[in-house]
Amino acid sequence: MNFTDSAAATDDAAPMHRQSIAAHARALRRRDYSSVELTRHFLARIAAAEDLNAFITVTEDRALAQAEAADRRLAAGDENSDADAAPLLGIPLAHKDLFCTAGVLTSCGSKILSNFIAPYDATVVDKLNRGGAVTVGKTNLDEFAMGSSNETSCAGAVRNPWDKTRVPGGSSGGSAAAVAARLAPVATGTDTGGSIRQPAALCGLTGIKPSYGRVSRRGMVAFASSLDQAGVLATNAADAAIVLRAMAGFDAADSTSLQLDVPDYPALLASARAESGKPLAGKTIGLPREFFGADVAPDVADCIDAALAQLRALGASTVEVELPNSAAGIPCYYVLAPAEASSNLARFDGVRYGHRAADAADIDDLYARSRGEGFGAEVKRRIMVGTFVLSSGYYDAYYLKAQKLRRLIADDFRRAFEVCDLLAGPTTPATAFELGEKTRDPVAMYLNDIFTNAVNLAGLPALSIPAGFDRANLPVGLQLIGDYLDEATPLIAAHCYQQATDWHRQTPAEYA
Amino acid sequence: MNAADTVDAAAGRGAAADAAADHAAGQWESVIGLEVHVQLKTRSKIFAPSATDYGAPPNTQACGLSIGLPGLLPVMNMEAAKLAVRFGLAVGAQINRRSVFARKHYFYPDLPKGYQISQYEEPIVGAGALEIDTAAGPKTIRITRAHLEEDAGKSLHEDFHGQTGIDLNRAGTPLLEIVSEADLRSAAEAAAYLRKIHALVRYLDISDGNMQEGSFRCDANVSVRRVGDTALGTRTELKNINSFRFVEKAIDYEVRRHIEVRESGDAIVQETRLYDADRDQTRPMRSKEEAHDYRYFPDPDLPAMLLDDDFIDAVRAALPELPDARRRRFESDFGLPADDAAQLTAERAMADYFESVAGADGVDAKTAANWILGDFAAALNRDGVGVEQSPLPPAQMARLLQRLADQTISGKIAKEVFAAAWQGEGGVDAIIDARGLRQVTDHAAIASVVARVVDDHPQQVAQYRAGRHKVLGFLVGKVMQATAGKANPSSVNQILREKLGGAD
Repeated sequence: MNFTDSAAATDDAAPMHRQSIAAHARALRRRDYSSVELTRHFLARIAAAEDLNAFITVTEDRALAQAEAADRRLAAGDENSDADAAPLLGIPLAHKDLFCTAGVLTSCGSKILSNFIAPYDATVVDKLNRGGAVTVGKTNLDEFAMGSSNETSCAGAVRNPWDKTRVPGGSSGGSAAAVAARLAPVATGTDTGGSIRQPAALCGLTGIKPSYGRVSRRGMVAFASSLDQAGVLATNAADAAIVLRAMAGFDAADSTSLQLDVPDYPALLASARAESGKPLAGKTIGLPREFFGADVAPDVADCIDAALAQLRALGASTVEVELPNSAAGIPCYYVLAPAEASSNLARFDGVRYGHRAADAADIDDLYARSRGEGFGAEVKRRIMVGTFVLSSGYYDAYYLKAQKLRRLIADDFRRAFEVCDLLAGPTTPATAFELGEKTRDPVAMYLNDIFTNAVNLAGLPALSIPAGFDRANLPVGLQLIGDYLDEATPLIAAHCYQQATDWHRQTPAEYA
Repeated sequence: MNAADTVDAAAGRGAAADAAADHAAGQWESVIGLEVHVQLKTRSKIFAPSATDYGAPPNTQACGLSIGLPGLLPVMNMEAAKLAVRFGLAVGAQINRRSVFARKHYFYPDLPKGYQISQYEEPIVGAGALEIDTAAGPKTIRITRAHLEEDAGKSLHEDFHGQTGIDLNRAGTPLLEIVSEADLRSAAEAAAYLRKIHALVRYLDISDGNMQEGSFRCDANVSVRRVGDTALGTRTELKNINSFRFVEKAIDYEVRRHIEVRESGDAIVQETRLYDADRDQTRPMRSKEEAHDYRYFPDPDLPAMLLDDDFIDAVRAALPELPDARRRRFESDFGLPADDAAQLTAERAMADYFESVAGADGVDAKTAANWILGDFAAALNRDGVGVEQSPLPPAQMARLLQRLADQTISGKIAKEVFAAAWQGEGGVDAIIDARGLRQVTDHAAIASVVARVVDDHPQQVAQYRAGRHKVLGFLVGKVMQATAGKANPSSVNQILREKLGGAD
């Protein structure tokens, strides 16, 4: 193992790019450095790490303007600049290039939107902007978030900062690589079947996908509407809690967003810092038998076992539970998600915006060629699968059956949560694989999400945290799944675990 | 099955002609169902904030959602649900407490998302019924369902030099699609049903029903079968009919075509056809235009729409009096003949106009009905304006009828005053005064004119006295002429008769 950063015992001793959000917030208010200095620091790191291909667009000018504005607010020192009221004021972050940003390219990693500049900000972007965050750029992703390796992007593959011959995971691969290489303290992501948690696992990050409906989907270009949910990729649970709290909340412009108050996650985390050394006492962690099978790589299994032992040491008890329908998760997901995708992507037709084929003979030719040229192979595959499962004569056998399975899968989780407070297991069966290794075998690629996509089918909150390294020094992720609307319990567990371990402090040697 | 319900291949004209000729052949009956698309009168779109006004410059009412911008999400406009429920209650339909929006997919340039949000398996309004008048008496037409959906934009093929312009102002405007059972048995019944729906949606104030602007249009499903058969024949669908006249002509044509095809031993092809009004015929749409697998599935962006009893009760409480009830009331309260009551209540604005005229002091309801259905309706028709745009407000019409009743003016003069008031010359009383039209009722004044006329026309007087009483009309006319029409006609008659008889 490479404990490059094991010396960084406290936040304040580490270099600027390895500080937590809370540490930056303190430093900005102490005038140790300004938001502009902080932003320039990260912009310089982004420029130096171009080979990762983590960003599609770097918004340097806008970032500096936002940083200047943040510095003015900090200098004014009014109540709105207080660290509790505005924890993200002046903090740089990156957005997955699936979130619409007014006046800045939103490509979704697709040629069909390679010229698309949205006239509005996604609700998530707007909330973070209003919180004073500084957007340094838009990160690379699998085309329309369809992929588990960030190799389907029209902007090219992203490399894993831990091993540049390997994938960072996907679809939020650019966000994961950026945060792992400390090109930004934190980044937004989206998770339809594991697209935050799987890259978080493969890049050694803390990535959270909240409950479906917790965060507005407005302005997040839709892949599979009933599964998509925005979340955060961060280096630690406390940072994730701050950003999640800032981006969550009811949005009248999203009919699926929940009309509920957002818990004060950072405060809940702070209060969980128990003196006893047993902060998780009384918490029961369910271990789904199906997540601990032979398909998990031995090194991953060892790390997970060690992590569970650590959680028990923190006071939690563990109990085996069953999710008997979880084997149906992948097939169910790969019917429903493509079905919705085939519909959501119908609007990209070359008529009103986006790529339009030149010299089309007629309207059908315009559609066929614009879409043929604009979409990549994986997106086309899913549009075709989705079109098939919705077509008359097949709808009942595929779409409707998958909907029934979805209910059974959700019921499994409901039953499991009758005997435990959260579920734990590996985020992925294995660590980061090599670029190109699975691109020819879509099913092998899909199996990467075997432990994550059932969570989306059930609409539950879940996160992945770093839990060690395999023998190739690649990060291993531990997945913690909460009950519906209970983001707090897995966040608290993650936070307590991170108080007791330093896996989350490790950084790839080149980016230390 | 009665004669009016059957149609014969040979009969080529209206349904009535068909019916007569058919009875002899007596072998085919047409089976027709209508899908009526009613644009609902909401200020903003069904799932988007932009306005729905007709006639705005292209794409000025196309917000991000209307143009299908990625990332924007539909939010239900509950005003549209309210209007749909209002219709459902008016036709005694089941209101579904839970309804589901579904996506209907097809590619067309004026369909910005590549799908239309509609309702498929779970519509907001379930089964109801509507009674129509037919030649054979009242008939109940069952309504299968009514569902909410969004309208598409418009493709503009002119003015773009071989290209097509897209106007997305209309995209997202709420529509209520009202689907009838195949209970209609002739083109005339179909037209009667369509008129009834039209009157109803205007009564309910849920749509302006403007057919020219496309706010009200229908598709017709047509098939024929042998009288006595219970199985349905193969049907064809006639798309986008936008006038009462065309619905009748299109269906007539299509029924004849079906019968000709069937009688020649061929089979009807199930297809979608368009009615060409210029040629008065239907033709198949290109197969591409109809070969759709719409791939309906529940829209994941919109949770099921749940309506509670409070919502439905509030809509019910605000329902206006419905046309049939109003017609019965006009018959009983105003003592109007059935025909008058039916005509006056066909349109809510007309019925409102009548009620406000007939409710004025000293106005006789039957006289009001005669005037409104006569001169008033004719003037509206001639100028092509609706009741609401009439230059003669109900209070002025009432004043006219009061002046008629109190004998200030005669019926003939009243027509002149009506015409002047219609032209905007001023109020009824002002016109009467300005034009000096006050009727002469003074007995002495009329008697002196009568005396002069009698003196001037000895020959006619002699004829009258010889028993040719028809000549009285000539003499009355002469008196009226001499008084410029202002003499009270009944006084003239009476005085003239006395004068002629008295000398006898």
